[in-house]
Amino acid sequence: MQLGVYSFGSLARDPDSGRVATSAQATRNLLEAVKLADDVGLEYFGIGEHHTREMPASAAATILAGAATITRRIRLGSSVTVLSTEDPVRVFQQFATVDSLSNGRAEITAGRGSSIESFPLFGYNLQDYERLYEEKLDLLLTINREDPVTWMGTVRAGLDEAVIVPRPDSGHLAIWLGTGGNPQSSMRAGRLGLPVAYGIIGGIPARFAALTDLYRRSANASGFSNEHTRVSVGTPGFVGDDGPATRDAWWQEWFDTMASLGQIRGFPPPSRNSFDRDTSPGGALFVGSPEEIADRIIELHSHLGHMRHFLQMDFGTLPQRDFLRSIELLGTEVKPLVEAELGAEPAVVPA
Amino acid sequence: MSGTLTIGIFGPGKVGTAIARLAVAAGHRVEIAGSQRQESLQLLLDVLAPGAAQSRSVGTLAARSDLTILAVPFGRSVDLPYTSFSGRIIIDALNYWPAIDGVIAELDGIPQGTSEVIAARNPAARWVKSLNHLGYHDMDEHARPSSDPTRRAIAVASDDSDAKRFVSKFIDSVGFDPVDAGSLADGIHLQTGTAVFGRELSKAEFERMLVRPVSAAEPARRADAAA
Ligand SMILES: NC(=O)c1ccc[n+]([C@@H]2O[C@H](COP(=O)([O-])OP(=O)(O)OC[C@H]3O[C@@H](n4cnc5c(N)ncnc54)[C@H](OP(=O)(O)O)[C@@H]3O)[C@@H](O)[C@H]2O)c1
Repeated sequence: MQLGVYSFGSLARDPDSGRVATSAQATRNLLEAVKLADDVGLEYFGIGEHHTREMPASAAATILAGAATITRRIRLGSSVTVLSTEDPVRVFQQFATVDSLSNGRAEITAGRGSSIESFPLFGYNLQDYERLYEEKLDLLLTINREDPVTWMGTVRAGLDEAVIVPRPDSGHLAIWLGTGGNPQSSMRAGRLGLPVAYGIIGGIPARFAALTDLYRRSANASGFSNEHTRVSVGTPGFVGDDGPATRDAWWQEWFDTMASLGQIRGFPPPSRNSFDRDTSPGGALFVGSPEEIADRIIELHSHLGHMRHFLQMDFGTLPQRDFLRSIELLGTEVKPLVEAELGAEPAVVPA
Repeated sequence: MSGTLTIGIFGPGKVGTAIARLAVAAGHRVEIAGSQRQESLQLLLDVLAPGAAQSRSVGTLAARSDLTILAVPFGRSVDLPYTSFSGRIIIDALNYWPAIDGVIAELDGIPQGTSEVIAARNPAARWVKSLNHLGYHDMDEHARPSSDPTRRAIAVASDDSDAKRFVSKFIDSVGFDPVDAGSLADGIHLQTGTAVFGRELSKAEFERMLVRPVSAAEPARRADAAA
């Protein structure tokens, strides 16, 4: 099992003065977090794409390029790249560049994105959602497979024997398909033989076993063996020394983020009751002591068979030192416990 | 309820398959249609809704089913074969969610509820608004037998009182307490951003909140206030 972290950036508050970080400082904070994650032996750091004041990490590849030069082993990915509003040629070039700078540690997780901020920002029409995603994923995979690249479609100009560089030394980038639980996405990942990354932020994660089953059976039906399939899981989570105290402290950060998100999207703020349920064994929020989190990851693995679990920790205005402490505990305490049970996972993600 | 019903579901997505699981578990016959190729729909149903059968189209569903449930993205609902819904009981489970669907000009700033807009596409259908306000996780986790005191509520709004009764019995049969939410126009109080949307509520709580609708646009500021 690989363990890791993902983030959309956050405006950390200074616990003494209460002042929150600027978005520029938030970007530097992320770099510090990736560096520490590498130092404590975590295997993955993902940076998402949001375009909000509270979560300002909008340019994952640029941050990861910075991280590439100050880390040694950790794999560096997007979680996720909102592919529908990107040019796949540029996405490939940027991540191939990260791959070059990091000696082969770059990954892309291509998703449709749970929020639509990027559509008006980049001038796309949301009604084209399906077609944009379908075609752009096809182009991204074509670029990854072929050199030079010839491609025809409707969402951008065609390519005729185009040279798209740099090329990854290993021959290709690891490209995951990211999904939040829509069945068609699991089937698509299986059909294309892609590894699949589930973002699970609510409900009972073990229930995703039906989707991982659907994914594997779709892969089998397209001629890919189970050895070829890969499942990873991203959930909210936070590790602290003491379980109950950690949950009490993190609750405020979670509440603040979900309440303001809910205001935009029209769902109610979370209740402490639902938080307590979701942070209990079987729930979707992996918040607690190292032993609790290790047990829960191991338990979920018995349902989903995932090879990587990564946590989004920095909600609200979580102070940077708390974010770093959680990363440290995930690497130094959770990881040995999980590996004792499940063994280490080889770094390579087959493409 | 007089035993087994035939339930048609259009949209084999997150919520469509969750409703299918509930209906199969309650002993109903379930048929699902989607837009994808038949072979992959069969695999999807085998895994996510075993016991549900695939159907060719939403038109076929409407013709064959006692109840037809629409569970596709709102933006996809424009070009359905609405004429085939005449005289049939159709549940509108759709939500217009600008943060996900984008802004749809037809709905932007209008005073009516979204179900009225959909119903106007064929007034001869027997429209019911229901199953829209609860997340699919909650449907999976919280179905309970009628004797259970922790049962959750699902609202039913319609201008057709027979259709409303019929759907209420169906809701009851799959493990939730039906709540009469008034006319189809009253269905506006069940939409995204309302006080009841996305909440886990008992029947009594739900009814109290419908009488005195409060906007969820002003949630408690601090975590402790919501605790
Ligand atoms: N998610 C919930 O918890 C929930 C709860 C209550 C109500 N709702 C409402 O129910 C509706 C469906 O939501 P959902 O979460 O189930 O969505 P979803 O998982 O994306 O499923 C939608 C289904 O509709 C079908 N579909 C038909 N045309 C489509 C198109 N152009 N693009 C995408 N899908 C298309 C798809 O199946 P094919 O591939 O076969 O076309 C897909 O499986 C929405 O209006 C939503 O607001 C959702």
